[in-house]
Amino acid sequence: MDKEKVLNLAKLARIEMGDEEAEKLSHEFDAILDYVGEVKKISTTNNQRPTTNNFPIRNIMRADDNPHESGVYTEKILNEAPAREGNYFKVKKIL
Amino acid sequence: MTPEEIRIKDKDINAFLEVFDNAKPYDEGSLSGKTIAIKDNLFFEGHKVSAGSKILENFTATYDATAIKKLKDAGAVIIGRTNMDEFAMGSSTENSAFGVTKNPYDTERVAGGSSGGSAAAVGAGLVWAALGSDTGGSIRQPAAFCGVVGLKPTYGRVSRFGLIAMSSSLDQIGPITKTVSDAEAIYNVIKGKDPMDSTTQEFPISNFQFSKKIGVPKDFVESEGVSTEVKENFAQSVEKFRSLGYEIKEIKLEHLKYSLPVYYIIMPAEVSSNLARFDGVRYGLHKDGKDSVDDYFKTRGAGFGAEVRRRIILGTYVLSAGYYDEYYGKAVEARQLITKELRALFQDVDLMLTPTAPSPAWKVEEKSKSPLEVYLEDIFTVHANISGCPAISLPSGFSGKLPLGIELTADLGREDNLFAAGKDFMGE
Repeated sequence: MDKEKVLNLAKLARIEMGDEEAEKLSHEFDAILDYVGEVKKISTTNNQRPTTNNFPIRNIMRADDNPHESGVYTEKILNEAPAREGNYFKVKKIL
Repeated sequence: MTPEEIRIKDKDINAFLEVFDNAKPYDEGSLSGKTIAIKDNLFFEGHKVSAGSKILENFTATYDATAIKKLKDAGAVIIGRTNMDEFAMGSSTENSAFGVTKNPYDTERVAGGSSGGSAAAVGAGLVWAALGSDTGGSIRQPAAFCGVVGLKPTYGRVSRFGLIAMSSSLDQIGPITKTVSDAEAIYNVIKGKDPMDSTTQEFPISNFQFSKKIGVPKDFVESEGVSTEVKENFAQSVEKFRSLGYEIKEIKLEHLKYSLPVYYIIMPAEVSSNLARFDGVRYGLHKDGKDSVDDYFKTRGAGFGAEVRRRIILGTYVLSAGYYDEYYGKAVEARQLITKELRALFQDVDLMLTPTAPSPAWKVEEKSKSPLEVYLEDIFTVHANISGCPAISLPSGFSGKLPLGIELTADLGREDNLFAAGKDFMGE
């Protein structure tokens, strides 16, 4: 991986990053990706996947209903906001 | 111990980020009068919770995590919050934004991580027990380094409501204690289905009897990079189980060795998604940029430390178009194979035994040059998170003055087997 690629990924992840760090990361990623690339060697074509019964990771859905009473947490939450205006988070103008 | 006494004793160790002055029991129950420290990624209402990060340095928990609420209800006294690698990313607490935690057995060495503060606090005798979180070994490895017991329960056993998320398909909360009985007592308090964490579930009580059968993956234990003292201690531990009447069976799992590469694809992928929430708008650090988008870049650029940035970028890469199938897709498939293989193993044996870590605690900064070298330290722990299986680290002796640990892994929902064998091993 080269420095430009790392800088582009940092841009996608919205992290400000300098050339020096990107250069260093690019070399580290070569080593890491070489190692994790081991997974490509696994043949998964003839293997049966486990059923949901023996794999604990599954999607869980619920109905989007029964909201709590409006406003009960507002003050606690807004107290943690870097900037607020009334009962809103305050941000810079978008357009 | 008074808060001041703890602070004085903790001076050379730095296990605590904060010792509470107003610690008190909230109720009476099975943990009445017990002092418990909590990792700095667990919400305790009204107290700071920073996940070891500058981006949350001044954040205050707005509610109680379910595990914390259950501790309070059981009468425990929550005494302080412990140091950790930033957002639980690391194996040495060297990635904390607030200084490294030292090993109570040798203060030139690390306490392990990411729950290094919790393990050091228990190892140094500053508290009765501590809670940690374990995404790839973050409870078990520091427990091994600090000579204490560390349990990662089954995925879905303990609610993560109020735990600052790192990697949601892997994270689990668990206890760090001096004895297996203490770990069991805390586990019994914090476990259970919780409507606030939909991944929690009840596990049916199994009809299988505990048959004292342990599988040892010999090839895996003798992987490259495992130190001689760990191998020797492991052989002695195997003999100890034999002398306690356990049947030891040599096993070979084809895909177990892929656990670590799988982990270092899935975990950063989930990290990159989970940490997208830190935007400097709703909570935490805010750094001003020239416009609202630049605010994100400035805030995240200033708030996240080196390892967190490394994993977010790596996760962004393995999820990006053109690489997704090659890395993430393949890792998800491999994860299912590993799980299937492990679960099949537990039809035949009750437990799998490995060392907890390939070496004892290393010197502070000894491994700071190479991230991959530190990642390889997780070789014996990540399979439990990949598969969801519960695992426990037990103190198994010393190399010089440094503690070593062994690890037992059980089938999903079979913490009872871990406790039974763990108590036998510890002579409880």
